[in-house]
Amino acid sequence: MRFGVVTFPGSNCDDDAVHAVVDALGAECVRLWHKDHDLKRAEVVILPGGFSYGDYLRPGAIARFSPIMREVVEHAKRGYPVLGVCNGFQILCEAGVLPGALLRNARLKFVCRNVTLRVENEATLFTSQYERGQLLRIPIAHGDGRFTIDADGLERLRDRDQVVFRYVNADGTTGDGANPNGAQDNIAGIVNEAGNVLGMMPHPERAVDPLLGSADGLPLFQSLLARVGA
Amino acid sequence: MTQYRVAVHIVPRRGVLDPQGQAVTDALHALGFAAVGDVRVGRHIVIRMNADAPQAAEQAARDMCDRLLANPVTEDYEIARIAPIHAEARA
Repeated sequence: MRFGVVTFPGSNCDDDAVHAVVDALGAECVRLWHKDHDLKRAEVVILPGGFSYGDYLRPGAIARFSPIMREVVEHAKRGYPVLGVCNGFQILCEAGVLPGALLRNARLKFVCRNVTLRVENEATLFTSQYERGQLLRIPIAHGDGRFTIDADGLERLRDRDQVVFRYVNADGTTGDGANPNGAQDNIAGIVNEAGNVLGMMPHPERAVDPLLGSADGLPLFQSLLARVGA
Repeated sequence: MTQYRVAVHIVPRRGVLDPQGQAVTDALHALGFAAVGDVRVGRHIVIRMNADAPQAAEQAARDMCDRLLANPVTEDYEIARIAPIHAEARA
């Protein structure tokens, strides 16, 4: 099974994503340029973190019109897995593939640190190797990560179990201090209704080796291998 | 075809937390502008374009806002001004 990692002008986590897939997971990976018109037989597409187009206008607003996005959106519509991390999440929201939007952090500061996430749905393509309620240490690094959606949209996400990760304290509670960016309902990651597209602000690809502080992100990639590669 | 200058205002929708606007509100209060209720900080975009009529320029600007310039989930926009540019001012 083949992964594809898209590079936009301004992407800066593409190498980390390739490293996670190739070196940590041991899977095949093809690099895709944003001007490409095909996905080169990739089954899982990763939109990596970074600052595509300098975050001009809004993060992801211009990248969503990159030529390859037409193929990525088609790929998602056909039910294949798409993972958007950080800027990739922002691009998927701008493209309307995922609901909601990611706004400037509530405290207006760029936040770069490890956070604790709680796995809220272990029944997705991306989380089968986790357990519900499991706590993960995964880094975040963003200035625009405040997930925002209207009340109806939030209710839909909750009702359909589309919230996959929430920011929590080290003890797993959602009280004061757990939320690094003011995201609504502590939401750190969501899937689309069909469950084949995951967007998340934290960086699982930066947490695939205990040497670098955490390997809690690796099971996410292993889940894809287990479910899609089978 | 006339050339128009179209100005667009884009602001965070009411009900969406605007921490920048909040910070500016607090600063204005600190400066003694007690009458200030709230402030919302957004973007002002100026577009120079050709169109047959002002209505056409406005419609085009609305399409631009719907498709790219504003985020329909969190922002509202208004076309603030549409003015023809006279030939001598074009250079």
